[in-house]
Amino acid sequence: MWRYVGRRLLLAIPTLLGASIIVFAMVHLAPGDPIAAILPVDASKEQIEDTKRAYGFDKPLPVQYLKWLGRVVQGDLGKSIATRRAVILDVRDSLANSLMLAVSSSLLAFGAGIALGLLAAFTQGRALDKMASAIAVIGVSVPHYWAGIILIIIFSVQLNWLPAMGASSDGGLVGYLRHMALPTIALALIPLGVIARVTRSAALDILNQEFVLALRAKGLAHRRVFAHVVKNAAPQIITVLGLQFGFQLGGSVLVEAVFSWPGTGYLLNLAIFQRDMPVLQGVILVLATFFVLLNLLVDVLQTYIDPRIARH
Amino acid sequence: MSVIALPEHLSTVAGAPMSYWRTVAWRLSRDRVTLVAGALLLLIALSALLAPWIAPHDPSAGAIRLRLAPVGTPSHLLGTDEQGRDMLSRLLWGGRMTLVAGLTPVVVAFLVGTVLGVIAGYAGGLVNTLVMRTMDIFYAFPAVLLAIAISGALGPGLPNTLISLSIVFIPRVVRVAESATVQVKGLEYVAAAKASGASVWQILRHHLLANILGPVLVFASTQVSLSIILAAGLSFLGLGVTPPAAEWGLMLNTLRQSIYVNAVVPALPGLAIFVTSMAFNLVSDGLRDAMEIRT
Repeated sequence: MWRYVGRRLLLAIPTLLGASIIVFAMVHLAPGDPIAAILPVDASKEQIEDTKRAYGFDKPLPVQYLKWLGRVVQGDLGKSIATRRAVILDVRDSLANSLMLAVSSSLLAFGAGIALGLLAAFTQGRALDKMASAIAVIGVSVPHYWAGIILIIIFSVQLNWLPAMGASSDGGLVGYLRHMALPTIALALIPLGVIARVTRSAALDILNQEFVLALRAKGLAHRRVFAHVVKNAAPQIITVLGLQFGFQLGGSVLVEAVFSWPGTGYLLNLAIFQRDMPVLQGVILVLATFFVLLNLLVDVLQTYIDPRIARH
Repeated sequence: MSVIALPEHLSTVAGAPMSYWRTVAWRLSRDRVTLVAGALLLLIALSALLAPWIAPHDPSAGAIRLRLAPVGTPSHLLGTDEQGRDMLSRLLWGGRMTLVAGLTPVVVAFLVGTVLGVIAGYAGGLVNTLVMRTMDIFYAFPAVLLAIAISGALGPGLPNTLISLSIVFIPRVVRVAESATVQVKGLEYVAAAKASGASVWQILRHHLLANILGPVLVFASTQVSLSIILAAGLSFLGLGVTPPAAEWGLMLNTLRQSIYVNAVVPALPGLAIFVTSMAFNLVSDGLRDAMEIRT
């Protein structure tokens, strides 16, 4: 197993390097000169050349990339063009907020999704299954940014129960949680649907196997059969949980935009409209790194639970 | 949803077994949910296609005095938006944009991804490693993040939306096409075809493509709903279709400020995205079940 883990670790390195190339290339994908945002419109030729040299844009691309990568691995993501602050600081602050949201929405989605999926599997074909499956389809089909707006309309505008925007700093923990409630629900919808569907099909696969029939035939209590099914379906479900958590972290841009939640998505959104390339690069690189490491963790966890996987 | 069993009189009394596609068609004709979703999809597509003829008003003609009229206003069945433009007309026109922006990337990804996947799967070795490891890199980003990152770098506009979403979906199709190709390649009839002197092109065309196209097509159809949500989402962020064009995500964004005045009208464009995306999901679920494809 450790050999598998080691190999998997090594495989993550080229993926991360590739991701860093894509992130680096983004600056050069962008229309217009990357330094145009810094300079005044009437900058002299000399000024342009000086700035280019100062930012290293006069060197050939591979050299620029290696220099950039060298700084990045030391934790230096450059300076924001808009605020002049070190990008790593902005990313760190917003990442904490995004993590909070990702954790809370994942907890909600995992709990409800697994419960719904198991309920559907154990009542297969009956009304309860149909209802659970319908909720799952709605979950994967709903545009979560729209769901966020609907939640604001219902709970903030009509009922006036919960705040619609931002993250309060003065209301203490209760205020923070109150601000977090609606974005958490909006963000939980898609993974809830995905997890419910995967759980249902994984549990059904196990339920249809002969050993379950044998367990039932020998008169094992329902509760014990249930435990066997859950245990056998767990590896498949855990894979999806890990992936979904990563999606929550990287995919919250739209929900954060709706709720003005001060997370990485909000920062990214801001960076895009200010054409603040260092921030854009920094956010995406950090999130991608998180995502790759998370996938790695899921793989390792999976082999720990089900050692057969490592042998393939 | 479980696969519907074959009718006995068809499979046994008739003697010869039904062909695969007849079986699929028969199953689909029995699947009420899929049929309803399919009909809904047809309706949405038709109304988008016929928007210039059936829209009651000019989608860009506003009336300052009739802003945010409620649903059911005479001559404005679904109300008006924040500039007094007719919502029904804008939703019909907006459907065209959203459908084009959502469907095109999946079609592009299906074509490019299948070619790349088959090449990688059939060639194996170094080519496979090269193609598949490159695709893996794109898996380092969650789909939403990748789409927004590329669109953010390229700037707003429909062409850029199409480019960024195609990049999101190509690696997914490549993975499915590659693994299907590897599976089929190992089957005995391919070896038999090779032994009997079939050319690479003949094997690819008659044996590989014919067998992997079904699963890849079904997989692509499962991605349409996500593609529509993302395409509208990019416009919602201001990265997709640019104003004053009508597009569901963009409409949702501009109407968002008006929820304090009128709570129903601003929700309509999102409802349209939701219904369309759900119809696509239900149809692709039905197709997958009917074709007995496991994903």
